[in-house]
Amino acid sequence: MPKKYNVKTKITPPRFTPIGKSGIVDFSEDCTRCQACAKDACIYDVYTNRNFDSKQLADSIDYLCKNCFRCIQTCKKGLLSKSINPEYLKMGDDYWTPDIISSNWYQAETGKIPVSGAGYRGRFVGKGFDEMWTDMSEIVRPTRDGIHGREYISTAIDLGRKPSLLKFNNEGTLISEVPQIIDIPIPIIFNMLPFGDISENVLVAMAKAAQELNTFMIITEETRSSLASFTKWLIPQVSIKSGNLPEEMIKNKMIIELLYENNCEIIMESIKGINPDVILSLKVPLNDKATSIVEDLTLKGVEVIHLYANANGNAINGTNPGFIKDLVREVHLNLVEKSIRDEVTLLVSGGIAMAEHVAKVIICGADGVAIDLPVLIALECRLCRKCQKGLPCPVEVENIEPEWATQRIMNLVGAWRSQLIEVLGAMGLREVRRLRGETGRAMFFQDLERENFAPLFGERRENG
Amino acid sequence: MDDRELAKTIEIKPTPSRFRNPIGKYKIRRSPQCIGCGKCVELCPYGVHQWVGKKLARPKDYKCIGFSCRENPFYCIDQCPQKALRLAVNPICETLGDYRWTADLIISTWEQAETGKAPIVDCEYKVGDSGGGFDRIRFKFPEEKLDKKLAPDEISTGIDLNKRGDGRPKISISLPFYGGGMSFGSVSLPTIVARAKAAKTWNTFTCTGEGGYPEALAPYDDHVITQVATGLFGIKEQTIKRVRIVEFKYAQGAKPGLGGHLLGDKVTPAVAQMRESVVGNALFSPFPFHSVYSIEDHKKHVDWIKQINPHTLVSVKVSTPTDVDMVAVGSYYAGAHIIHIDGSYGGTGAAPDIAKKNIAMPIEYAIPKVHKFLVEEGIRDEMVLIASGGIRTVYDVAKAIALGADGVVIGTSELVALECVRCGNCESGRGCARGIATTDMKLTDLIYMEWAVQRLINLFSSWRTQLVEILGQLGMSSIKELVGRTDCLIHLDYVTEAQEKVAN
Repeated sequence: MPKKYNVKTKITPPRFTPIGKSGIVDFSEDCTRCQACAKDACIYDVYTNRNFDSKQLADSIDYLCKNCFRCIQTCKKGLLSKSINPEYLKMGDDYWTPDIISSNWYQAETGKIPVSGAGYRGRFVGKGFDEMWTDMSEIVRPTRDGIHGREYISTAIDLGRKPSLLKFNNEGTLISEVPQIIDIPIPIIFNMLPFGDISENVLVAMAKAAQELNTFMIITEETRSSLASFTKWLIPQVSIKSGNLPEEMIKNKMIIELLYENNCEIIMESIKGINPDVILSLKVPLNDKATSIVEDLTLKGVEVIHLYANANGNAINGTNPGFIKDLVREVHLNLVEKSIRDEVTLLVSGGIAMAEHVAKVIICGADGVAIDLPVLIALECRLCRKCQKGLPCPVEVENIEPEWATQRIMNLVGAWRSQLIEVLGAMGLREVRRLRGETGRAMFFQDLERENFAPLFGERRENG
Repeated sequence: MDDRELAKTIEIKPTPSRFRNPIGKYKIRRSPQCIGCGKCVELCPYGVHQWVGKKLARPKDYKCIGFSCRENPFYCIDQCPQKALRLAVNPICETLGDYRWTADLIISTWEQAETGKAPIVDCEYKVGDSGGGFDRIRFKFPEEKLDKKLAPDEISTGIDLNKRGDGRPKISISLPFYGGGMSFGSVSLPTIVARAKAAKTWNTFTCTGEGGYPEALAPYDDHVITQVATGLFGIKEQTIKRVRIVEFKYAQGAKPGLGGHLLGDKVTPAVAQMRESVVGNALFSPFPFHSVYSIEDHKKHVDWIKQINPHTLVSVKVSTPTDVDMVAVGSYYAGAHIIHIDGSYGGTGAAPDIAKKNIAMPIEYAIPKVHKFLVEEGIRDEMVLIASGGIRTVYDVAKAIALGADGVVIGTSELVALECVRCGNCESGRGCARGIATTDMKLTDLIYMEWAVQRLINLFSSWRTQLVEILGQLGMSSIKELVGRTDCLIHLDYVTEAQEKVAN
C-alpha cells in the first residue's frame, strides 16, 4: 500500500469580515438594555463578540449569526428581526452563486467538509451538474472504511499515456516503449487565474500549495524569479505565437502545456525533438468540435488534453451552448468507442465550482480537473470582478501573505478531497481512477423522470 | 381500537410557542394614530388584538390570517376608525426556511402544532418551492360529484404493518406515518420521550435510532421501534426483546453509504453510558454492516432478531440507490415485514452537504420504482412499503402513498412542531440552540415535556383531519385504497400550461 496521502489543514481565518447571508435588524430606540439577547438567548456568543468593521462597513453579526432566531424570539420588547443581506445576494452570478462562494470560504477557512443538520435545502433539480446524482451501494460491495482512516481510498491519477498493450520478445523481455507517466495524488491541478490581481504573492502561494499538495500549477510566466524554487510543480504554457521555443526550459520539464491551434503539430514535434520524454498537454476548447479534435490528437500521440470551458462550464464559441458534463461525456465516449481512451489523460477546467463537480465531471469521463476561480475564492475573492474594471479589490488580494494564502488553498483542496472520498466511499470505490466514465454510478434527471414518472404521468412538457 | 374511534378520544389543547415572540407570516403595525378604542379587540375572532389591563397589547400578529381576511366583515385594517393598523407580510420570512421547507411550511407546521387543526393562516402549507417531486405533484380530485359523500368518521387512516401472515403479531397503527430514528445523543431525552408519548397517544410508533434504549421509554415500549445499526451502540438482548418492531438500518437517505458520526462534543456522560463508549470521543457508525455482504448474510441477521424475539416484526431501512428495488425484494426473501426506503433529501441529523444533495435518488422516484417491482415480483401484498426522506406535510404523506407506499416515516416535521427553525446547526458545539437536538443540560431544559407531547399530538391530529378530507374528496373510505393510485395524481411538468393553471 502506498504511503497514505494527507492534506494538512489548519484553521485559517479570513482577513476581512466575510459577507454573511442575513443580519439581525434591531430597532434599538426602545431597547431597555436588558441584554436578554446577549446574555441568555445567544448560545454562540455572537453579541459578545460583536464588532463593526468600519473599513468595510460590515457588522460581524451578519457573518457570525447562526440563524437560530433565539434572540429575536426572546427579546422582551420584540425589537429584533432578521433580514437578508443584499450584498450577499449580489455576489457572484447565476452559476457561481452566493451559497457556493460562501461554502468555499468556509472550506478554505476550516479545511472541513460542510456539514449541516435537518436535511437538504436546495432545489429538487437544477441545470448542468445539478441534473445528476451520484449513486451508492447498499449492501453487497467492498468495505469502505477509508473515510475514518482504517483503509485507504486513493484519489491519485496519472498524467500521461498508457499503452493499450505491452509487447515482449521471446525471452520475455519487454520490447514496447513505456511512456512516462506522472502520478499526482489528487485529481486536481491549478489552472491559470482568469482574472484578479495576480500579484507575486498570489502566484507564490499557489505554487507553494501545488508543492505541498504534490500537484501542478499551470503558468505562463515561469521566468519569475520568485517561482524558481517551485519549478518542479509548474506546468509552463507555451504559445505558438511566442516565436522561439524556450529550449532550456523544455529540456528540464516533465510536462508542458501547449495551446491548441490548427498547425500546432509542428510545434509539438519540435518540443518532442528537444525533450522526447516531456509530457505534452494540449489545451483544447471544449465545444462541439472537441470530440474530433481530441480523437485526432490522441491518435497523434498527445499524452494529456486539457479541455477548457468558460467560467460557467459552457462551450467555448460553440454553435450550441453545451455544458461540460455533456460535452466531456461525448469526448470520453468517442474515445472509448475508438478503443483509445486509456492512451490519453483528459483534464477539464471551467465551471468546476464545488467538490461535487470534481466527482461528477470525472463520472462523465474526465481523469481530473484544473481549478481556477475556487483558488481565488479561497483567498477571499468575492467574484465582484472590480479588478477587471481597474477598481481596487475589496479584499486586497494583492496584499496577502503567501503563507496564509497557501494554507487557505490547501484547506480548500483538503476539504474537496475529503468530500470526494465521501462520495467514492458511498459508491464502494477505492480509487478515483475507477470513477472515470462510471456513469453506472450516477443517475441523471432525464433518465429518472423517464423511468419512474413517464409511465405514471405521460409525456414531460418541454422546459417543464 | 379502530382509528376512527381513537380519533374521537384524542384531546387537542392549544399549545402556543415556548418563546415570547412567536414568528408569524404576517406583521401588523399599530401607528401612533391609535386611540385605544378597542374596536379591533372586539372584531378579531383570532385573538390578534388583546387588552393588557387598560392598554392594547402588542398585536399577536402570528395569529393573523393575513390578506385573505379582507373579505371578512371583521377585517381590522379596514374597520379601524383611525386607520391606525397596517398589515404586511413579515419581512423575517425571507430569512426563514429554504426551497424545501419554505417559511410558509415552517410557519404552518408551527400553527398546526399549536392549534391541532388545518392551517387557517394564509400560507402555502401544502407544498414547498423546490420545483420538482412532491412540489410539482398535485391531487386530481374527481370533477363530478361523488355518488355518496363519506362522513369523516367513516374514513379510516389506519394501516397494517405485518402483511406476511407468518404467525407473528398483526400490528396496526392508526395513522399512516410513524416517527423516524433519532438517537439519544443526537436529540435530547425530552424530545425522545415526547415523541414516544405522542406515538402512544395516536397508536403509532417512534424509533430510538442507533443510540441505545433510554429507560425513560419503558412505559412506551409497545410504540417504540428500536434500531439495529452498524455501530451496534447500546444494543442488548433485553432491548430487542422489549419492542414490537426492530429496524435494521443499513443506510440513511441523508448520508447514504457514509454511516453515522456523533461528534465528541455530544458524547456526554449519559450518552457515553447508554452507548457503552467514552465521554467526549466521537463515535462512528461504520458503513456498511461489516457482517453483511450478501442477501444471505442479511437473512442471517433478520433470523437472529427473529430468534431473540419471537414476537417482533422486522423492518429494514435502506437508502435509495439505483438498485433499491432489488434490495427491497432481497429484504422480502430475507424475511422482513417492512421495507423502509429513505430518500436523499430528508433526514434530521448532521450530514455532509455533498451527500444530502447528491448521493442516491429522491424518494419520489424510489417509491413507484420499488412499488412496481414488488408488484411484478408478486410479493407486493406481503410486504409493507414505508417511505421517508423529505416528507414534510400531510400532502406529501398522501402523495407518497398514492405513488405506491403503504405509509411513511417522518422526522423533520416533528422537530419543526417542536419549534425547530431548520438552522442546521444541530451538530456544532453545544448543539441545538432551541433545545431539541442537544444533550446540553441547560439547553435541554428549554423543552417542557407536556408542551412537546401536546404539540406533536396536535400536529398529528391536524394531519389526520386533512388526510380524511383528501380521502373523502377521492371517495375512499380507507387510506389503504390510496396505495399506488397514481391515477389520482398529476405532475405539473407533465400537463399543459393551461392545465397547470387550473391545477394551481
